[in-house]
Amino acid sequence: MSWKLGGALSALVLLASAGSGMAEGELNIYNWGNYTNPELIKKFEEAHKVKVTITDYDSNTTALTKVKAGGHGFDIVVPSANYVPIFVKEGLLLETRPDQMPNFKNVDKKWVDVSWDPGRHYTVPWQWGTTGVAVNTKAYAGDPNTSAIFLDPPKELVGQVNVVPEMADVMALTIMYAGGKPCTDDKDLLRKVRDILTAAKPKWRSMDYGMTEKLSNSDVVATVNWNGSTFRARLKNPTVVYGYPKEGYPVWMDSVAVLADAKNVENAKLFQNFIMDPENAALISAFARYANGIAGSDKFMPEEMKTAPEIVVPEAYKAAGTFLPTCPKATQDLYTAIWTELQK
Amino acid sequence: MTAADPARQAQPAHSPSPGEVASRAAEVRRNWLLSTPALTLLFLAASGPLLVVILYSVLTPGEYSGVVWELSGDAWYRVILHRDIFDDTVSLADAHLRIFWRSAKLSLLTTFVALIIGFPTAYFVATRPPQQRTLWLFLITIPFWTNLLIRTFAIMEVIRNEGIVNSTLMSLGVIEAPIQLLYTDTAVLIGMVYVYLPLMVLPLYASMERLDFRLVEAAYDLYATRLQVLRRVIIPLVKPGIIAGSILVFIPSLGAYVTPRVLGGGKNMMLGNLIELQFGQGRNWPLGAALSLTLLVIVMIALLVYVRNVSRSESRG
Repeated sequence: MSWKLGGALSALVLLASAGSGMAEGELNIYNWGNYTNPELIKKFEEAHKVKVTITDYDSNTTALTKVKAGGHGFDIVVPSANYVPIFVKEGLLLETRPDQMPNFKNVDKKWVDVSWDPGRHYTVPWQWGTTGVAVNTKAYAGDPNTSAIFLDPPKELVGQVNVVPEMADVMALTIMYAGGKPCTDDKDLLRKVRDILTAAKPKWRSMDYGMTEKLSNSDVVATVNWNGSTFRARLKNPTVVYGYPKEGYPVWMDSVAVLADAKNVENAKLFQNFIMDPENAALISAFARYANGIAGSDKFMPEEMKTAPEIVVPEAYKAAGTFLPTCPKATQDLYTAIWTELQK
Repeated sequence: MTAADPARQAQPAHSPSPGEVASRAAEVRRNWLLSTPALTLLFLAASGPLLVVILYSVLTPGEYSGVVWELSGDAWYRVILHRDIFDDTVSLADAHLRIFWRSAKLSLLTTFVALIIGFPTAYFVATRPPQQRTLWLFLITIPFWTNLLIRTFAIMEVIRNEGIVNSTLMSLGVIEAPIQLLYTDTAVLIGMVYVYLPLMVLPLYASMERLDFRLVEAAYDLYATRLQVLRRVIIPLVKPGIIAGSILVFIPSLGAYVTPRVLGGGKNMMLGNLIELQFGQGRNWPLGAALSLTLLVIVMIALLVYVRNVSRSESRG
């Protein structure tokens, strides 16, 4: 889910040491690129006299691989919902019991008993969002709330569409467009999915990340994109709109977890508690422009976020959203095969 | 060739004294000892990881990336053959073949364009007065000061729809709407030629610097035309430079990852991207390892062909 990488390709890990000052302790955070508010980190450093170091990653797989290899020195990781069970199963996370922390009372009830961490024994909500489409109304004024924007583009958009090369999201969108459920291994349906994708591909221009900038400067006028990124683009370019595909779209949440081999466990726990404070959670959202899971954080949010159609899912499209499960290996192989065939 | 040298053969056989033998053995020992650090480093840094890659290519992929310690030939099978996921028919893996072919084609084109641009550049530098050459060479190496990724993004800024090229052409009235350069194969070509050009110019310059320009003058004196001088005198003499430069450009182009990804829009994969997919979202490390080794073998074959050609042309010459 490399959308959080505003710039793209920070696979070349950028080491951003945020602030210095009098360090009594340390905390090493391993998080998605362009996703952590420096103000939040500064506030945490000052409140707890801790020196925080942030390292970026660009995908769940990258994070999982590096953490599994060991010797990384990170204390905190922020995996997506479908990766949390893998981290837990592989014994990579510490059971920090956030549900017993003082600030846990602030967590929105809806995000407490989640499928990937029932009762929140390991993780604390960071941000959540949706994967949909973004369209520049100057190029196409029709209804954007459909995956047909990229799977069967209207003639104004033929040859103009970008698709972010995020296999799990694109496959899920297409499967739901074809009438199936994410992680399906129904061969007939997958054949249909492949045919839809291969027929659509000649009508695309590119498969690239970094859509926040490219939508802002109109380099791209239609793309698969994430809500927060589209919101950031719209603030700079008011003709950009976000569409919730009515055929179905993925909902995701990234959660903060402490690693089993963390060296600064106490500071990491402090951080988990710290971000469950509504005022601090609002800082997270104010930067990356995704919603958080903390009740009462709205009143600390910037005004434009409270009503943004990218953040507040319209009633009519709520039912179409689905959390993506982690697909089994055999299913994953089918998807990779379709994906490779698509890009040959 | 040395064996055929009559002067050498005519020399009387030289029988070394026992002391000489001992000192030579000591020298050999010392040389081995001195080169041990380098050899160890080479072995660990080159062979070690390569062995890991070979090993991984015959293991079973783990469920969530990584490998499971069970031998399997599946990865190698899948490099070449493709079992259709829908009707289980087996055919050649045309997705992989096409991606290989696209990479090879674009790399050859990059090498060719870099040669066309690099040759006159190297000639120009080599024909400057010696004290000026250093400055020119210095200018050629300046791009290396900047990170590859940043240079690629800079190219992107230049060829964007609202970038320098398009806005200049539009303000001059040459074109009315921006030309779509970004996200095309042309963009990848421009990017790769730009990035790898110094690697072509430097070896070309090295061999042109040693070129005896009196031979060129002699050719003119013998009424050779300019084209004949180029074809019959200059090119044969700087051939090692041309070949070295071409190899230095071709090999990294073949595995290029960043440039196609940023400038090509990622719609059509190149080899580097295909390999990355297997290690990342594809969660199939053995296949990624097998594909990397396939790339390695192709490069080695290309080098062997080159070495044989060079030695043949040398023995002929």
